[in-house]
Amino acid sequence: MNTPILEMKNITKTFPGVKALSDVTFSVAAGEIHCLVGENGAGKSTLMKVLSGVYPHGDYTGDILFEGKVQKFRGIADSERTGIAIIYQELALIPEMTVYENILLGHEIKKGLTVDWNETIKKADEMLKKVRLDVTPDAKVKDLGVGRQQLVEIAKALSKNVKLLILDEPTAALNEDDCDNLLALLLRLKEDGVTSVLISHKLKEVIKIADTVTVLRDGQTICTLDAAKEEVSERVLIKHMVGREINSIYPERARETSEDVVLEVRNWSAYDPRLGRPVLKDVNFKLRRGEIIGFAGLMGSGRTELAKSIFGNPDGYEISGELFVKGSPVHLRTPKEAIEAGIAYATEDRKGNGLILIQDIKQNITLANLDEVSKRGVMDQNAEVKAATGYKDALNIKTPSIEQTVVNLSGGNQQKVSVAKWLFVEPDVLILDEPTRGIDVGAKYEIYSIMNKLVERGMSIIMISSELPEVLGMSDRIYIVSSGRVTGELPIAEATQEKIMHLATS
Amino acid sequence: MTAKDLQKALRQNIRDYGMYIALIIIMAIFTIATKGIFISSRNIANLLNQTGYIAVLAVGMTLVIVIRHIDLSVGFLSGFLGAIAAVALVNWHLSVWITLPLVLVLGILAGLLTALPVAKLGIPSFVASLAGWLIYRGALLMVTSSTGTIVIPDPVFTAIGNGYIPDIMPATSTFLPGLHKLTLLLGLVAIVWFILSEIGARKSKQAYNFDVPPLDMFILKLVFIAVALGLISWVLAGYNGMSWTVLIMLAVVLVYDFVAKQTVLGRHIYAVGGNPDAAELSGISVKKITFIVFGSMGFLTALSGILFASRLQSATPTGGTLFELDCIAAAYIGGVSAAGGVGKITGSLIGALVYMSLMNGMNLLGTDISLQYVIRGAVLAIAVIFDVATRKVKRG
Repeated sequence: MNTPILEMKNITKTFPGVKALSDVTFSVAAGEIHCLVGENGAGKSTLMKVLSGVYPHGDYTGDILFEGKVQKFRGIADSERTGIAIIYQELALIPEMTVYENILLGHEIKKGLTVDWNETIKKADEMLKKVRLDVTPDAKVKDLGVGRQQLVEIAKALSKNVKLLILDEPTAALNEDDCDNLLALLLRLKEDGVTSVLISHKLKEVIKIADTVTVLRDGQTICTLDAAKEEVSERVLIKHMVGREINSIYPERARETSEDVVLEVRNWSAYDPRLGRPVLKDVNFKLRRGEIIGFAGLMGSGRTELAKSIFGNPDGYEISGELFVKGSPVHLRTPKEAIEAGIAYATEDRKGNGLILIQDIKQNITLANLDEVSKRGVMDQNAEVKAATGYKDALNIKTPSIEQTVVNLSGGNQQKVSVAKWLFVEPDVLILDEPTRGIDVGAKYEIYSIMNKLVERGMSIIMISSELPEVLGMSDRIYIVSSGRVTGELPIAEATQEKIMHLATS
Repeated sequence: MTAKDLQKALRQNIRDYGMYIALIIIMAIFTIATKGIFISSRNIANLLNQTGYIAVLAVGMTLVIVIRHIDLSVGFLSGFLGAIAAVALVNWHLSVWITLPLVLVLGILAGLLTALPVAKLGIPSFVASLAGWLIYRGALLMVTSSTGTIVIPDPVFTAIGNGYIPDIMPATSTFLPGLHKLTLLLGLVAIVWFILSEIGARKSKQAYNFDVPPLDMFILKLVFIAVALGLISWVLAGYNGMSWTVLIMLAVVLVYDFVAKQTVLGRHIYAVGGNPDAAELSGISVKKITFIVFGSMGFLTALSGILFASRLQSATPTGGTLFELDCIAAAYIGGVSAAGGVGKITGSLIGALVYMSLMNGMNLLGTDISLQYVIRGAVLAIAVIFDVATRKVKRG
């Protein structure tokens, strides 16, 4: 059991301006279930992308040894041929194809020049039996639930004679039964000699199933714990995952909040018809004037869905519950109505749905409030330039000109443009979704300072963040979201990283 | 300015001016090849009148492509609406002043109808408008089935595609004999207006410390465009002056260019094209913009149908055939981007001129029709490749 099947030695991977992995060592023994845990952004996914060849050999430094041999993967095909299969959270199945077509996709069984469908179905059936999935091979994948799709994905990996199976947060989207089912399958596969690496945020299941746990934090290996020696407990894991000092990177602010509630959400539930499952369940929270509340939680916990469901529901959820703005009930059907009600939402994905990258700074800043810089529908170019220049100076956007195209700006400056755009609508409530994701420390400090100035002027801010130190450093109160529910509310005086992690993983 | 500076400036601005240069080169080649017939007053007037119905379609199509859609129905819709105009005038005996608004309103309704499944249900516009293409083709055949070609005798209607604006002085007057004075005057007004507005825009940019092109480049551009405008009006004045078609075409381009660049609506359209998700989250209704852009496309399709039927003085069962592909080609030659959010209205006019110059010139040369298609295809391919290649050049 102790011979390593996989050894990753001194892996370092840098992106422009960021060291994602720094001298990471990761070793998996043959036949074990090895869990990899860490906060969002700790480097787990990057490490797996290095392993699978998404980042090809030469893109990183360090060595990968598989079954004792040095491997130089140039792509996923290389790592698959060696016997490594990765199953991502977003499933790589083709919904319109049948189960058997999916299972043997990419390595079809051929008879001469054509596909041998009988052999294919027979093989697929064998694989389905292995994962104990009780569906006919000719069912369409789109007709299966997420849990069963996951099993199809595993069957697909098994059909490729996988030796090392890596699952990236497989249980995040599953209900309890499907979770248990999946974990039981991993234990059975272990008996068959398949080694598994499980990346998970759910510490309870980690403790239940792991032989060994490796903790990553800030791109470094923190420790590797052996379950047999009873080293693994929730408390220990959380301590290693977060074990970081909050230093003074958060500017000081007078914390005095009034009792006026500017936004209140009651019994708020949302169902996503496209995913076919609820995304929010019975959420309640309050936001007071001049307050920053933090929404902590893991990725996919429902925080962005909550923000969007309040901000005019652009994704078309089916919503029940009540929303109050300044004490009066409102029904916001579009983002436009939300903006008019005094709510602004700066998205977590500034490149994807936040900014119009091919347009310039000026056009992006004024976009959500063009009425302010136009008369009877005709743009007042001078007013626009004046407004944009004002925000450029106030937020210290570093650019030679406000006519600079946004795509050419750094992440920090793009984020400032995104904030400027929403300040220009002069909202009462500003929702910032991951306001400092992917920007450097200096720019972070500037964003924090801007936030402080805004709340001192009476604006209220909802900050969604996956970085615990940031949530603790900036918030007046913290709500913790897990699986679409608010699992806790902590005043800042009582909040600790450990408590938040505990609630976020419950 | 040294040759090196000029080279650098050219390279930086090649995307903006590339199509103008291509147009000049094409015109020069045809002028030489036809021993001057191409550039004659009569032919240029003819070329511009031919361009009218494609140019107005290309203007509308540019906005449709800017918001990441396509409208294939415009060809036969144009033919169908032309036939409706003919039927209204000839069979229903409606006045031309009722017929024209009626057809334009029908065009808008047809555009909105195409937009309905696209905006409300998310049906790809390619499919929705392909259905329209089939339906309007059938409708056109139905309308013209009993009579075949419908001849339109109405003098006001036929003047739209064949008539010229009246002159302020008789052509026989001693001042500039043989030239159309009002056309020259309009040209002069256009030149003065253009120069003043360019200088104004430059000054206001400088007031904000924005980058402006070097002064010699700026003057070169002013002189170049002023000379071009002067030449065009001189050439037109040498024949019958400016036609109603050209006037309508220029009015459409000016109004649409203004809307695109200077209005809130224009900003919303380009924002939706640049990033529909971000636009929606900025409080812009993507649905509403889709309806407006397709409605405008329908309006311009009706206008193009009127121009075409008027020019032929009749409506035919094949009217509008291939217009949709011609105007899409013109829009792409004019620099619109399929990725969305990029494309100028003036570019689509130039694209239409390039495209129609090719047709006109090759017809003058008596080029075989089969070869004409091959050359038109090659020019389209080259234009798009050029566009993609120059887009990668970073400014700076």
